[in-house]
Amino acid sequence: MTKRYDSIVVGGGHNGLVCAAYLARAGRSVLVLERRHVLGGAAVTEELHPGFKYSVCSYVVSLLRPEIIRDLQLPRFGLEILPLECSFTPQLDGPGLVRWPDGDKTRREIAQFSQRDAEIYPEFGREMMKVGRMVKPILEMTPPDPSSLRPGNLLDMLKLGRMFGQLTESERILQAKMFTMSAIDFLDEWFEGDLLKATLGVSGIIGTFQGVRSPGTAYVLLHHYMGEIDGAFRAWGLSKGGTGQISNAIADAARHFGAEIRTEASVDEVMVRGGRVRGVVLEDGTEIQADTVVSGLDPHRTFLKLCNSSDLDAEFLGSIKRFKMRGSSGKVNLALDRFPEFTCRPGDGLHVRGDVAIAPSVDYLERAFDEAKYGDFSQRPFMNVVIPSLVDPSVAPPGKHVMSIFVQYAPYALKEGPENWPQKRQAFGDAVIDTLAEYCPTLKESILHRQVLTPWDLEQKIGLTEGNIFHGELSLEQLFFLRPTPLWSRYKTPIPGLWMCASGTHPGGGIMGAPGANAARRILKTR
Amino acid sequence: MPLPTPFHPRTSKLCESLQFKSWAGYFAVSSYQSHHDPEYFAFRNAAGLLDISPLYKYEVSGVDSAAFLASVATRDVGTLQAGRVTYACFCDSHGKVIDDGTIARIDEQSFRVTTASPTFGWFDRQRRGFDIQLRDVSDTLAALAIQGPNSREALASAADDGIRDLGFFGIMSTRIDGVDVQVSRTGYTGDLGYEVWLRSGDALPVWDALMEAGTPFGLQAAGLDALDVTRIEAGFVLQDVDYFSAPRCLIESRKSSPFEIGLGWTVDLEREPFVGQAALRAEHADGSDWQFVGLEISWEGIEELYAAWGLPPSLPTHACRDAVPLFSGGRQVGQVTSTTWSPILKKYLALATVRTAQSSLGTGLEIEHTVEFERSRVAASVVDRPFFDPDRKRA
Repeated sequence: MTKRYDSIVVGGGHNGLVCAAYLARAGRSVLVLERRHVLGGAAVTEELHPGFKYSVCSYVVSLLRPEIIRDLQLPRFGLEILPLECSFTPQLDGPGLVRWPDGDKTRREIAQFSQRDAEIYPEFGREMMKVGRMVKPILEMTPPDPSSLRPGNLLDMLKLGRMFGQLTESERILQAKMFTMSAIDFLDEWFEGDLLKATLGVSGIIGTFQGVRSPGTAYVLLHHYMGEIDGAFRAWGLSKGGTGQISNAIADAARHFGAEIRTEASVDEVMVRGGRVRGVVLEDGTEIQADTVVSGLDPHRTFLKLCNSSDLDAEFLGSIKRFKMRGSSGKVNLALDRFPEFTCRPGDGLHVRGDVAIAPSVDYLERAFDEAKYGDFSQRPFMNVVIPSLVDPSVAPPGKHVMSIFVQYAPYALKEGPENWPQKRQAFGDAVIDTLAEYCPTLKESILHRQVLTPWDLEQKIGLTEGNIFHGELSLEQLFFLRPTPLWSRYKTPIPGLWMCASGTHPGGGIMGAPGANAARRILKTR
Repeated sequence: MPLPTPFHPRTSKLCESLQFKSWAGYFAVSSYQSHHDPEYFAFRNAAGLLDISPLYKYEVSGVDSAAFLASVATRDVGTLQAGRVTYACFCDSHGKVIDDGTIARIDEQSFRVTTASPTFGWFDRQRRGFDIQLRDVSDTLAALAIQGPNSREALASAADDGIRDLGFFGIMSTRIDGVDVQVSRTGYTGDLGYEVWLRSGDALPVWDALMEAGTPFGLQAAGLDALDVTRIEAGFVLQDVDYFSAPRCLIESRKSSPFEIGLGWTVDLEREPFVGQAALRAEHADGSDWQFVGLEISWEGIEELYAAWGLPPSLPTHACRDAVPLFSGGRQVGQVTSTTWSPILKKYLALATVRTAQSSLGTGLEIEHTVEFERSRVAASVVDRPFFDPDRKRA
């Protein structure tokens, strides 16, 4: 007779762990089941070359909610966030652009290209911050159901209405623009310099299957502006020891509160008897009972793989199938035997101790998307490069470096079919290295090991359907009370006792923890 | 006009921000870049190299050196082994603190003392009858602190053997790049760390050798702004900030006993007489008026204050040394003297002096906090010091 739990969390990704920690903290008996040998899902650190620790998938952090850090006492369990100081966009035929922590220095950098932009830039930041702050409380709330007249729901709608009501007219206009425009159209209203617009515009496309000129991408820009560290907006950081350390800290907090965590325990099926959840069945046939099962997997895997289709109605299943996954990015991790110099700004100073964007022009970014539209990976992709070993020497041997390269576009749906990705994996890796080597000529000869992850690999290894890093695209029609599907955006599912707690629910992706915490709050209220 | 330290040719060249302060009359770098964050993270995450030459340094030698130091310090220095360092207070005859610092026993008959303010004159007045030689080596002895989790490996790769075996609060002689130095496993960051003591004339080659060997371990030059955040996280008192040296106080109420600045643990009462012993015995028996405590300021409270103005919470980016009143039940019960946001603990921390009645762990107090020119109060609670105390410090 196996032990019975109040709650089982399927999937030990960071949101599953956050949810488990909150449930355990409230006194529930909780079991987390993780398929892989490591916890963290897409927030994992793995030593794939001796002495070099890769943040395999997710590589930066900023959205992790400060109240979660406090509630779960994460610093006590080993969470250490190191700020990324700068942001650097190198050029092949120019000085590149660095945004520094020092405002005056940044103004002078931008003024190389446009004095007007340089002086507007701080104003832009303030406006974005204002709108970002308006959206911030929404991150912490359960989306109201606009079709329900239940009093609690009406109250939530009212709160939301009041929040919008507090905006000034110009802020409301700004917000409406962000909801409808493309990142570049939106930036065109502010700036004239192409390099600055490309640098800022990439925040609008990360993780989406859209180009910088696709409508709606302006909102995604804002999503990235909401990042905060220590309550300071627009600050990104690295987790010491790699992003896996965040997952480990959350897991240790969960264990501290009494949760039990099992790895290499793959869940095959959510058990439904008499119209409600009774537990789960593991791959080896073991049944574990619980009245509450929380899925930390994406909506596709949750409902199309773990659930029996006879337990769900066809309309709901249809809406889940229509929920767009569409992975568009890959990842290349490198072990380097020395620091790779950037020709346009040599040295390993502060300018490379942040993130480096390969986004030399707006057209470059749009062209990268063109190839993806027709089922090819970009030959000259947008890349976001971080060299964590410069600020965290613990991830590489002394004097050596780890380089993390986020690459877009790599469409899951190759024109030859996604199953052909393994044959294209090395060609994709070569395109990435070749492009980057144009900016860092010594890169190729310093590579000791490389890991190339295509969207296919992200699906097969990590369990992200179609390789979508956000468990479903962060596009407007898939956000807030529409995430993952209009009537089921409140972490609840049509199967009583089955809940969702991951990035496929409001407020979405990134190492934020908010879906996990919000779901736990809802689960604890129900019953 | 401050004087350059022996490392000035190197530190001034690296100090792009031109932010220096005067420390004991010497130029000391506040922060090398416009912002001290990278230096702070070097201390906590890799290693930082800090010029501490401005410390006041005295050598005491001779047959009576141990007996002399035992008679002026709150600690029983006579029992200190050669090759060990201790930490103590020096008090006046009323048991009020004149200074606090380290005492290293170099060998049987020679010691080195560091203090925060000039104490040669006071030592000199206490030496009658003791057969000792007292020398002020503040100007001739240079010193560097190398602190942080990678400091051991960085230092070990620059120095001859032995660094890895040096225990917490131990001191040894070794060589760096052929230069004779002493290394003690001490520091002011509350982390794994070392201090290197050397002749002023050898300063530059030793700096260069440490930087070269340390760079692969993430060693960076670091300044006093970063140090200040780490020392508050470590819960260490700072003279002229958290307490004042007795001979320099105009009024009695400004003076403090070791018990009142959190250094009661350095007082060995039951032994041969030492300066201040009788007064300290009496205070120990009767209890002290004040206690030095750690405080955690409610972040939710801070957020609320700012939210009322429609502002995001914002705290000073530097450790703050402005004294701020503390309240309990509407009455002022003490003052906060050092405050910092701790980037590693994600907490807003303070060091404070409070009435003994309000000093027990968990006591809820209120600290003054100003937002938009309006003074308000925010909840704070008394918590244990050190706030940050990693195992590696002693391991």
